[in-house]
Amino acid sequence: MNAIELQGVSVRYRRETIRSLKELVVRAASRREVPYFYSLRGVTLAVRSGESVGIIGANGAGKSTLLRVAAGIVTPTEGVAIGRGNVVPLLELGTGFESELSGRENIQFNGALLGRSRAWMRSQRDAIIAFSGLEPFIDAPLRTYSTGMVARLAFSIATAVDAGTILIDEILAVGDAAFRARCEERIRSFVRDGRTIVLVSHETEEIVKLCQRTVWLSHGEIIDDGPSAEVVAKYERQRGAPAAR
Amino acid sequence: MTSLSLRRTVAGEPLRGLDELRDLRAHANLLYELVHRDLTIRYKRSFFGFFWTMLHPLLLMLIFTVVFSGLFRMDTPHYETYFLSAYVAWNFFAQTTINAIAGLAWNGPLMKRVRVPRSIFTLSAVVSGIVNLALSLVVLLVIMLVVDAPLRPSLAVLPVSFVIAGIFTFGVSLALTAVCVFFADVREMYQAGLPALFYLTPAIYPISIVPERFRWLVELNPLTRLIALVREPIYYGRIPSAQTFASALAFSLIALLAGWMIFCRLAPRFDGRL
Repeated sequence: MNAIELQGVSVRYRRETIRSLKELVVRAASRREVPYFYSLRGVTLAVRSGESVGIIGANGAGKSTLLRVAAGIVTPTEGVAIGRGNVVPLLELGTGFESELSGRENIQFNGALLGRSRAWMRSQRDAIIAFSGLEPFIDAPLRTYSTGMVARLAFSIATAVDAGTILIDEILAVGDAAFRARCEERIRSFVRDGRTIVLVSHETEEIVKLCQRTVWLSHGEIIDDGPSAEVVAKYERQRGAPAAR
Repeated sequence: MTSLSLRRTVAGEPLRGLDELRDLRAHANLLYELVHRDLTIRYKRSFFGFFWTMLHPLLLMLIFTVVFSGLFRMDTPHYETYFLSAYVAWNFFAQTTINAIAGLAWNGPLMKRVRVPRSIFTLSAVVSGIVNLALSLVVLLVIMLVVDAPLRPSLAVLPVSFVIAGIFTFGVSLALTAVCVFFADVREMYQAGLPALFYLTPAIYPISIVPERFRWLVELNPLTRLIALVREPIYYGRIPSAQTFASALAFSLIALLAGWMIFCRLAPRFDGRL
């Protein structure tokens, strides 16, 4: 069974969005065509449940848009997107953090944003705090945290999910080496538990380590799709760069 | 999306009102957290947070009391109660619609990163607004005790008035927020138009001073009716008739339905504009 299916998905944006009534009137008077650009163009992709898939590609290739469509956040301009089971996007760490609220209050709020119930969050709260290692500061307002502390809290909340499918967008690039190692270990445990993972990263090494299969996006289209080592090798060769950044 | 277990997003398909409603119910916890966040940031951090929100209406009350009961020699006993009983209701409507518009812009980045029902931010603005309304009612009751204005049993009917005002305000907010996603300057226009609407509403003056030929304009204003639903039980000590309630509920439900339809029609096109 497929956890995620994209059928001929295109996402198109206007290059210049009309933002006010005034602009609308001006634009109508000048009769100029509004240019479009495609963030995704005719993407067809199926991710089987239990599979771990990496997404690579240059900046602006459409990687994040692909995750957003898969998560149901963005409605495609053309095509159909299907998600089965509970699909949770971890798109940007710290989304929805409120600096005036304490770490504990932010855990509750962030859990609600990800669709968790109050009871579930309460049962997970201690584990989240323990994983973050922020016990002594958890009741202080978030504005007193360092950037690294915020990232640790965010990752701890985000990965304490019971979802069958997890979409991860470059969140491994945060924190110190030790915390990153723990993050990687957590993602590996997701894979072992048979959850579906879609991972966007610029770190091709990480992709090869964590994902069986990799999709290469360029200008909104799929260039290649296959075993991670092969696709990454081709991608590196095309970029003319060594494996490590 | 039909259920949480299978979600299809299809190009060009409008947002179905029932799906959005179901989605809202599935996110009841988020609604609670949004309201909690609003109120915490506003009140918990400082006692003066609450004080400041009441300072503005109190100052206005002072001005209008001096101007109307002094200069115009208007014969309204307990003018402060007369004014405030209408002003709390007006302020609920004005402040909630403004907060709802600001809320959607403020939470735009959030909506790009997590999948939540988009109307939830508007709904949470209305729920927070009702809590604020209840708090300002408490302040008003204290003032009434201080100035020795009579507190009557008709006050018990106020929750019904608040719910009807909430339904109407939610409908207007839905339409406004959806339009403001597309045209940011509508927000400025709305804010500029609000004072005009305020003076078209008999809050500081009784409707009887409006010249006969303009009265239909004031009576057509839905806020005139909503304010009466709140002022009657507080100031006059009367329970509005069933007919008054029914007609207010009817036009509030129409506003809600219209706002809901506009919102659902425009919501799929929010992408790239938030």
